[in-house]
Amino acid sequence: MNIVVLLKAVPVVGTERLDSNFMTDRTVQLEANGNDEYLLEKALKLTEAHGGEVVTLTVGPAGAMEPIRKALAMGTARAVQVTDDALRGSDMRATLDVLAAALKKMEPWDLVFAGADTSDGQGGVLGAALAVRLNLPYLSYASEIEPTDSGGVRIHRFNSTGYDILEAPTPAVVMGTQLLGAPRYPSLRGIMQARAKQVETCTLADLGLAPETVGADAATTKTLDSAKPPERAGATFVREAPDEAVAKVVEFLSSRRLI
Amino acid sequence: MAGQIWAIGEIADGQPTKLTLELATLARTLAERSGTEARTVLVGAGASGAAAAAAAYGPGVLAVDADTTGLPVSAVVAPRVAALVAERQPAFLLVGASNDGKDIAGMLLGLTDLPLLANGAGVAWADTAPNVEMSTFGGKLVTHSTFAGTRGMVIVRLASVAAEQASAPGSVEQVSVTVADELPAVKVTGSVEESGAAAPIEEARIIVGAGRGVGSPDGLKIIEELATALGGAVGATRAVVDSGWVSYGQQIGQTGKIVTPALYIACGISGAIQHKVGVQTANTIIAINRDADAPIAEFADLFVVGDLFEIVPKLSAAIRARKSGSA
Ligand SMILES: Cc1cc2nc3c(=O)[nH]c(=O)nc-3n(C[C@H](O)[C@H](O)[C@H](O)COP(=O)(O)OP(=O)(O)OC[C@H]3O[C@@H](n4cnc5c(N)ncnc54)[C@H](O)[C@@H]3O)c2cc1C
Ligand SMILES: Nc1ncnc2c1ncn2[C@@H]1O[C@H](COP(=O)(O)O)[C@@H](O)[C@H]1O
Repeated sequence: MNIVVLLKAVPVVGTERLDSNFMTDRTVQLEANGNDEYLLEKALKLTEAHGGEVVTLTVGPAGAMEPIRKALAMGTARAVQVTDDALRGSDMRATLDVLAAALKKMEPWDLVFAGADTSDGQGGVLGAALAVRLNLPYLSYASEIEPTDSGGVRIHRFNSTGYDILEAPTPAVVMGTQLLGAPRYPSLRGIMQARAKQVETCTLADLGLAPETVGADAATTKTLDSAKPPERAGATFVREAPDEAVAKVVEFLSSRRLI
Repeated sequence: MAGQIWAIGEIADGQPTKLTLELATLARTLAERSGTEARTVLVGAGASGAAAAAAAYGPGVLAVDADTTGLPVSAVVAPRVAALVAERQPAFLLVGASNDGKDIAGMLLGLTDLPLLANGAGVAWADTAPNVEMSTFGGKLVTHSTFAGTRGMVIVRLASVAAEQASAPGSVEQVSVTVADELPAVKVTGSVEESGAAAPIEEARIIVGAGRGVGSPDGLKIIEELATALGGAVGATRAVVDSGWVSYGQQIGQTGKIVTPALYIACGISGAIQHKVGVQTANTIIAINRDADAPIAEFADLFVVGDLFEIVPKLSAAIRARKSGSA
């Protein structure tokens, strides 16, 4: 089973900022999008149990190399990075086109794994969009992923009362959640082995895409302004002993008509 | 006249969901501002049945009945909405930020040429297109975005607007849609109910949040008692969900749910940015934490410094006593 994991390189959570054009500044230090690491872990477990290899695909700038290397140290076989100056400021549609073109070029594979959403964009849509674009089955919100005897894929799709069981033939696109399990840490051995592994970088030209179809100038959406959110008034501290503290909380709740 | 504004609805237990009624209200207001018309689109099993309830919130409902047996909802809804969009050319679509809604929006991104703005926390009308407010980077920034052209699709979060009925109920049009190409087959082969499904947090007015500080499933019991005393629901951090004491459906935060209760009581929760993003817009936030330096101090209104095992049971008792009139 060969799996492509879509791994976005995002600004380290907490350090994000916008540039003067209100675009996410990607020159800061980048890390793997946390939600993609759950899929990466599951992909590694699946190939360890059933054979095959895991390859990551990242569309992102030079700084993406660090999280890509970390994934190699965790156990991926190789990596593909699409990087091109023209991509700066791309909207979701452009990212979709680029990911779709790269996945076509990387064929054959059995499964593509996408994260539930990204810490810098909070879209949660690219997995579904890619599946439709590639005309493949789409299985989402997975809390479990396993192969079927007939060479297909079965997932548990988390819902508010439990889960549904979904099945489809492969190739297919699967979007998964944190319920797949926490990612491993790279081992020392993994870090050593990663040095010999290959990262294939490609440009838009390599994918047959015209630079004027992506990037800020081609963007179909734009950010107009940004501001700090209105500050909350700040916390009032209650440091009294429990009985007195509780009396204060009750008084506070009743003053706000919450009880 | 400009193209219509559509709210793409969802049906649960034969009725439009609360989020659907909010989207219908929003589509109606935006259409009034922009001088166009609004429609609520319901697709799936029971669409016609749910249409009347939705029609109270907007000038018109397009109901597309379709069998969803054994299929993921999004795989049925998205191609039908795409076919309707191709036929009627609406200008803007509002889609809900639920799991199914995001799947549908993603599929529509692939099926249509509509641009997409995700993660909308508020939508206003500006000249020729919606102006979409977003809470960006875990709430560090509030940004406003729009479309370059005059068509697009916005994913809208729950509670971005309050659902309000229209002055007169709208019409219901039953539409039959032929889909040339269904999406590649995904079969739903089973469904498992997990016991102990807790009260849903999305629509709760009061939520009591449990963090790692509760320590154990036993610690969780005192949180549940406080929630019961207040008539609220129990939410949790990822740390607690990962421990398996609370189901993922109760997780608040970046990878969990985004909630806007009137009151949030965070017990033994440090207030990590991924948790904060899920609850920072709560009206009132009370933290109970023994570490006065915990980051939750930055967004709490009242911070009780102390051991939750001492404070929470006493608080539950005081609230119960007050509610039964003996205080
Ligand atoms: C990609 C990604 C996504 C994430 N998504 C989410 C998400 O959706 N939701 C989420 O919540 N987290 C999420 N996290 C995790 C998040 O970063 C934090 O690790 C988590 O929120 C911490 O949970 P906590 O506050 O319960 O635990 P801790 O940070 O360990 O805090 C426990 C707190 O309890 C206090 N305490 C301990 N004992 C007591 C006591 N007896 N009485 C009073 N106070 C006590 C301590 O002082 C401390 O402040 C995510 C992380 C990543 C990387
Ligand atoms: N630039 C990118 N490179 C690689 N994968 C991506 C990229 N953007 C998004 N993805 C994948 O698509 C998922 C959903 O992204 P989004 O819809 O942008 O929230 C992410 O969790 C990733 O798995």
